[in-house]
Amino acid sequence: MYSGKNLYSKEHEWLSVDGDTALIGITHHAQDQLGDIVYVDLPDVDSEFEIGEEFGSVESVKAVAEVFMPIGGTIVEVNEDLEDSPEAVNKDPHGKGWLIKIKIADQSELEKLLSAEAYEAFVKEESK
Amino acid sequence: MTEALKKTPLAEEHEKLGAKMVPFGGWYMPVQYTGLVEEHTAVREKAGLFDVSHMGEVRVTGKDAVAFVDHLTVNQVTKLVDGQAHYTAFCKPDGTVIDDLLVYRIGPEELLLVINAGNIDKDVAWIERHVGDFDVIVKNESNAIAQIAIQGPLAEEILQRICPEDLSQINYYWFVHTSIKGLPTLVSRTGYTGEDGFECYCSADHGVRLWNLLLETGREDGLIPAGLGARDTLRLEARMHLYGNDMDETTHILEAGLGWIVKLKNSPEFIGKEQIRAQKKAGLDRRLVGFEVKGRGIARQGYPIVHEDRDVGRVTSGTHSPTLKKAIGLGYVPLALTEPGTVFHVRIRNKLVEAEVVKGPFYKRA
Repeated sequence: MYSGKNLYSKEHEWLSVDGDTALIGITHHAQDQLGDIVYVDLPDVDSEFEIGEEFGSVESVKAVAEVFMPIGGTIVEVNEDLEDSPEAVNKDPHGKGWLIKIKIADQSELEKLLSAEAYEAFVKEESK
Repeated sequence: MTEALKKTPLAEEHEKLGAKMVPFGGWYMPVQYTGLVEEHTAVREKAGLFDVSHMGEVRVTGKDAVAFVDHLTVNQVTKLVDGQAHYTAFCKPDGTVIDDLLVYRIGPEELLLVINAGNIDKDVAWIERHVGDFDVIVKNESNAIAQIAIQGPLAEEILQRICPEDLSQINYYWFVHTSIKGLPTLVSRTGYTGEDGFECYCSADHGVRLWNLLLETGREDGLIPAGLGARDTLRLEARMHLYGNDMDETTHILEAGLGWIVKLKNSPEFIGKEQIRAQKKAGLDRRLVGFEVKGRGIARQGYPIVHEDRDVGRVTSGTHSPTLKKAIGLGYVPLALTEPGTVFHVRIRNKLVEAEVVKGPFYKRA
């Protein structure tokens, strides 16, 4: 379920790091908790966010979830396909359902994130 | 949570079906099984099955049963005949709403009151407090009764296969006592989805059997279990109120747009009547309206309604409508903003998003 190549946050985001950029989305667990996603609100390209800052929201029929920056950075791309097909976040949360691509501000912040193993353990603990 | 959640007789069945269980008004309830939108669509196009056993049932019997419930509720119980039910409300003397409910007339001296799950204790206390000299016996049967709703265009066809009564002869808001495969059941043509359908009341002990019987009977037709999530989007599309969201003890029944259930003319005195009449004469300051969100975003309960830079009201219910594929909601606004076509804004997380007042139900079945 959770690729060992990615990093994860306790706010249920995943990160796929590629050099000085990273792709960010919400995890399978997060989309499963939300249910049918009907609306995704994403930031403008070039906007800057600090670690922990809210950068958008993902809404399902029954709830809204804010999404937070797992690390600081500048938005270089947002997934525009989600405007017309937000359900991609449910169907393929770790792939086609990605939310944003950022330029990483400070590589050392990656150390604060969880490995796949640690994230899975965290989810298990949280849902107890 | 310190208090244990109450469970309906069907809790284990929901778990077996893989439902996502959540606390709701003190109950452990299924919010969804396979997915909210799938369940919602099944009810609109085929049929869905709901466990609504958390609802409360209070039986009022005795010589004064009709007069007593007439005294407690705003609709006119004397107009009901045996086998007929209606939608009504308990109001406080100031005209605010204690609960909304259904009253079933079982016989001239027997009524069944179906009340909201979260209000059972409050309602029963209110009812008992007013017995006074009325010759009645009030019995809270909430734990002894299971309630299962089958809703959707195929509901009648499915239920008919296992029900000996001719269901086509039961009109909206009428009911029969029947036996479904040996299980004594009260079947009424009522519901909370905006579709045709029935609500089935049986003994709590028989709940699991009735539930599984219905699921098996309708499986091939596309009947699926539906949770509270779909129940909420379905009722909101049909513009049915939810107690606690759209009206409560801080909202006057006329403001809530429920004037149609209040019988002021040639009716017996009831609690709240005087104040409701006075309010009607004086006019209202605000009223509950339905609106469609025009911009991007979903208005949800509690979000401020803004007009000309001022907060003028609040969203009481709001969701994304799976049928209409747009955001809809209800909210209280000043009287000047209640005309259909009026535009105001909803503050959705610091963004002002345009919304327009619309008349009547958002969805009406063909």
